[in-house]
Amino acid sequence: MTDTALREHVAQPDLPPPASEVGVIGWVYKNLFSSPLNIILTVVSAALIILVVPPFLDWAIFSAYWGAGTSRAVCQTPVIVDGLEQMVKTGACWTMVRARFGQFMFGFYPFDERWRIVLGLVIQFGAIAWLLVERIPGKLYAAITLFVVYPVLAFWLYYGGLGLPVVETRLWGGLFLNIILGTVGIVASLPIGIVLALGRRSNMPVIRLLCTAFIEFWRGVPLISVLFMASVMLPLFLPEGVTFDKLMRAMIGIALFSSAYMAEVVRGGLQAIPKGQYEGAMALGLNYWKMMGFIVLPQALRIVIPGIVNTFIGLFKDTTLVTIIGLFDLLGHAQTATRDAQWQGLGKEGYVFTAVGFFVFCFAMARYSIYLERKLRRGYKR
Amino acid sequence: MAVHAEAVSARPSAWRDPRVRAIAFQIIVALALILFAAFIIHNTTTNLAKRGIASGFDFLWNISGFPISQALVHYELTSTYGRVFVVGLLNTLIVSVIGVFLATILGFVIGILRLSRNWLVAKLAAFYVETLRNIPLLVQCFFWYFGLITPLPGPRESLSIADAFFLNARGIYTPGLVPEPGFWAIIVALVVGIAATVFIAHWAKRRQLLTGQQFPTGQVGLALIVGLPVLAALVTGLPWAWDYPALKGFNFSGGWWVQPEFLALLVALTMYTAAFIAEIVRAGILAVSHGQTEAAYALGLRPSVTTRLVIIPQALRVIVPPLTSQYLNLVKNSSLGVAIAYPDLVSVFAGTTLNQTGQAVECIALTMAFYLTVSLSISGFMNWYNRRIALVER
Repeated sequence: MTDTALREHVAQPDLPPPASEVGVIGWVYKNLFSSPLNIILTVVSAALIILVVPPFLDWAIFSAYWGAGTSRAVCQTPVIVDGLEQMVKTGACWTMVRARFGQFMFGFYPFDERWRIVLGLVIQFGAIAWLLVERIPGKLYAAITLFVVYPVLAFWLYYGGLGLPVVETRLWGGLFLNIILGTVGIVASLPIGIVLALGRRSNMPVIRLLCTAFIEFWRGVPLISVLFMASVMLPLFLPEGVTFDKLMRAMIGIALFSSAYMAEVVRGGLQAIPKGQYEGAMALGLNYWKMMGFIVLPQALRIVIPGIVNTFIGLFKDTTLVTIIGLFDLLGHAQTATRDAQWQGLGKEGYVFTAVGFFVFCFAMARYSIYLERKLRRGYKR
Repeated sequence: MAVHAEAVSARPSAWRDPRVRAIAFQIIVALALILFAAFIIHNTTTNLAKRGIASGFDFLWNISGFPISQALVHYELTSTYGRVFVVGLLNTLIVSVIGVFLATILGFVIGILRLSRNWLVAKLAAFYVETLRNIPLLVQCFFWYFGLITPLPGPRESLSIADAFFLNARGIYTPGLVPEPGFWAIIVALVVGIAATVFIAHWAKRRQLLTGQQFPTGQVGLALIVGLPVLAALVTGLPWAWDYPALKGFNFSGGWWVQPEFLALLVALTMYTAAFIAEIVRAGILAVSHGQTEAAYALGLRPSVTTRLVIIPQALRVIVPPLTSQYLNLVKNSSLGVAIAYPDLVSVFAGTTLNQTGQAVECIALTMAFYLTVSLSISGFMNWYNRRIALVER
C-alpha cells in the first residue's frame, strides 16, 4: 500500500491524435470533406478544374507550336483523318506572337529608335521606384523628377527633336502606348485631382459647385464617349489653325476623365485626416495653402497611395479603349495581326497574349496596393 | 499713439479680409469660366459654319436609312434618327439590366464561395476574381466575340442540344413561346400572386410587431407566385405552343434568337463585374465582427437565422454603396459594345448617326446626357437607400 502512495506520478505518453485531425488526411478531411455540402462543392470544383485546365494547358503549351515562321501554315501538323493525311492546327500558334512581338510592344516605332522607348521607360520606372520604395531618401526630388523633369524628357525622347530624329505619334503603338497613356493620365490627373478635391471641400459656394459639377460629370459618362468627344468635338472647340493630333486628343480626354476619379480618391484621404490636424494648423496661424501644403496633404496623400494605385490599374486597363478610336495599342495590334491573311483565325492566341500581358502588370500593381494598405493599417492602428 | 489706437480698432484692410478675398476669388473664377465658355462657343460656331454643318436638334426627325441588327421597338430603314436614339438607348438598357441581374447573382455566389471553409472552392473563387479583375474588359469582349463565338461553325454545322437549342456563329437559337388565347389568365394569376404576397408580407410584419407571432411569409409567397400561374395554366389547358427553330436555306428561322454581339457583351460584362461584386460581398461579410455571430448564438438563434437576421443586414450596409457604383460601371461599360458592333447607344448614335449627320456636338451631348441621367438617378437612389439603412448612432 505504502508502495503506491510513494510512487512518483509519471504521465502516460500522449496518444497520437486521430488520423482524421492531423497530417495530410486531417487537412483533406477538414478542408475538403467536412460536411455533405463540402463534399459536393469539392467534387464540383474538381470536375470543373479537370474539364477546363488540362484542355487549356494542352492548347496553350503542350500541343502549341512555338517556332518561328511567317504564316500560320507552319503551325499545322499532318494528322490522319479518315485515312487521309490533312494539315491540322492542333494547339495554339505562338508563331504569330513571335513574329509580331516588336509591334505588340512598340507599334510601328522605327526599329533603330526603339532604344529611346526602353531608356525612357527605365527612367520612368526608376523614378517611380525612387518615389515608392521607402528606404531611398529624397522623396521631394523623386516627385520633381517624375512630375516635372520626366514629362519633358519623355517628350523629347519619344517624339524627338534637338538632335534625335522625329518619330510621328501615329507610329507609336503597342504596349508602349498603353503605358504612355496610363502614365499621362496619372501624372496629369494627380495635380488636377488634388485641386478639384480641395475645391469640392472648399467653403466658397461657387468653387464647390463648379468642382462638384466637374467631378460628377466626368464620373457619370463612359470613357468611350469621352474619347469620342475628344476625337470629334475637341477640334471644333479650338480656334482656327490650332490642331492636336489624335494621340494628344486621346490624352486630353483621358486626363480629364481620370482627374475626376483622382479627385474622389484624394477627397477620401482629406476626409480621413482628423479635424484636430486642421484645427492645430489654424491655431499655429498657418494660412489655407500652408495648412494644406504642410500639414494636411502630406498625410492625406500618404494614405491614398493604395487608392491611386487602384485608379492607375483601372486607367491602365481602360487605355485599351483607344483601339476603338483608331489608335493601335497592344490590343489594337493583336486585333490587326489576327486579321492579316497569314494569321487569320488566330484570334484566341492574340487575345490570350494580350490578356496575359495586362494581367502581369495589373496583378503586380494590385498586390503592391494590398501590401501598402496592410502596412498603412499597421501604422495607424492604435 | 493715435495712429496705433486707430490701427487696433480698425478692421483689417479689405485686401486682408478673408471674406472679401473669398468673394473676389469666386467672382474671378466665375468670370474666367464664362470667358472660356464664350471662347469655346465662338470657336465651335465658327468652325461649324465653315464646315457647313447644321446645328440644332432638327436632324432627329430626318430619315436614318441604316439598318440596326437588334431593335426592341419597331425600326426600319425609313425610321428617324430620333428613333435610332430610342433603339440604341433600349439596347443599352436591356444588356445592362440583364447584366446587372446576372452579375449580382454570380458575384454573390463567388464572394461567398471565396469565404468557404472548403479550400479548393475558396482557391477557385480567388483565382476567378484575380484573373477576371486584372484583364481589361475590352480584351475579354474581344476574346468572347472574336476568339470564341465568331469562329463557331456556321448554321449548317450548329452545335445543338436535343434539336431545340442551337449554337452557331450567328448566335443562339432557342424554342420560342407562342401564346395562344387564354394565355392572359396566366399573366393575371402571376400579378395576383405577387400582389397577394406583398399584402401578406405587410400584414405579417404588422402582426409580428403587435403580437410577436411569426408567419411563414416566404413559403406562402412562393406558393402563391408559382402556384397560381401553374394552376391557371392547368385550368386553361396549357394555352401556348412552342415554335422550334429550324434550318431554312442558309439560316435558322423561327424560335427565339440571341445575337452573338449581345451574347459576347453580356458574358463579358457579367463575368467582369461579378469579379468586382464578389470582392465587395466578401469584404462586406468580413466587416461584420465575429462578436455579432457569437452574440446571436448566445441568444439561442440558429445559424441560418443568425445569417439572415444578424449578419446579412449588417453586411448589406457595407455592401450596397460600392455595389451600386459597380452597377453604374456596368451600365457605362456596356458602351464597349461599340467595339464588337453591338448596336448600343454609343454605337448607333454617337457612332453611325454622328458620322452620317456630322452633328458631333448634339450627338455626343445627347449620349452623355443619357448616361448622366442614369448615373445621377442611380446615385440618388443609393443616397436615399443609404440614409434608410444607415446606422443610427447614439
